[in-house]
Amino acid sequence: MADVNRGNRPLSPHLGIYRPQMSSMTSIFVRLTGISLTLGFVMVIWWLLAAATGPEYFATVNGLLTGWFAVIIWVLSIWALWYHSLGGIRHLIWDLGYGFDVKTADRMGYGVIAGSFVLTALSLICLGVL
Amino acid sequence: MSYKTDKGRVIGLGSAKTGAEHWLGERIKAFALIPLTLAFFCIMAPMIGAPYEQVVATLQNPVKAIALILFFAVTFKHLEEGLQVVIEDYVHGKGAALTLIVLTKLFCWSFGLAAIFAIAKIAFSA
Repeated sequence: MADVNRGNRPLSPHLGIYRPQMSSMTSIFVRLTGISLTLGFVMVIWWLLAAATGPEYFATVNGLLTGWFAVIIWVLSIWALWYHSLGGIRHLIWDLGYGFDVKTADRMGYGVIAGSFVLTALSLICLGVL
Repeated sequence: MSYKTDKGRVIGLGSAKTGAEHWLGERIKAFALIPLTLAFFCIMAPMIGAPYEQVVATLQNPVKAIALILFFAVTFKHLEEGLQVVIEDYVHGKGAALTLIVLTKLFCWSFGLAAIFAIAKIAFSA
């Protein structure tokens, strides 16, 4: 008689009650970087629309989006893009049914963090920023 | 303890053998974004700050334009679905969640199509 018990079921303890772990923290950052990347894409699309509008408007927007404040957002977005990509690949590996033991999960967590910084540094070197 | 409802037990039907398409679609899009993101970054990042003529010439290259359009199409569908999951998980109250999800869809379709429009306009102006 499941209906009798409606609304009175045991609740699973949620985020607040767990000790922070490598897998949970790196997972929540995949979500946070994904949400934050929206800002980077708004900038990219504004810049693309400016290029499609014409040379004068492009010069204005290109100037704004290469200023120091925009460059900080670009650099953070590049890190977020690589973090989200690597973290996403880890989730795809989990979805295929692999890497659930604590040792492998932790190792992948460290890999995602280290990899995101390595890829960001490589990107900035290739772009001539570093 | 069975969580089946009384009505469910009476009707006695099992699984409908469908329902995983949405979940699978999310994974397929995420997988497709691995190469597409690399292509996007390699094409897009060097253009920011480049002279206007060079930007136009790059976007008039059909391979690069199509790669970018594919990236934006899959990314904004991925963003739409991803933001929806986040809202469903953390926003309590059906009205607030539904409002946010509708606004998210409006944003994703507008900006995704704006990106594709901008690239196509430059690509077709050759």
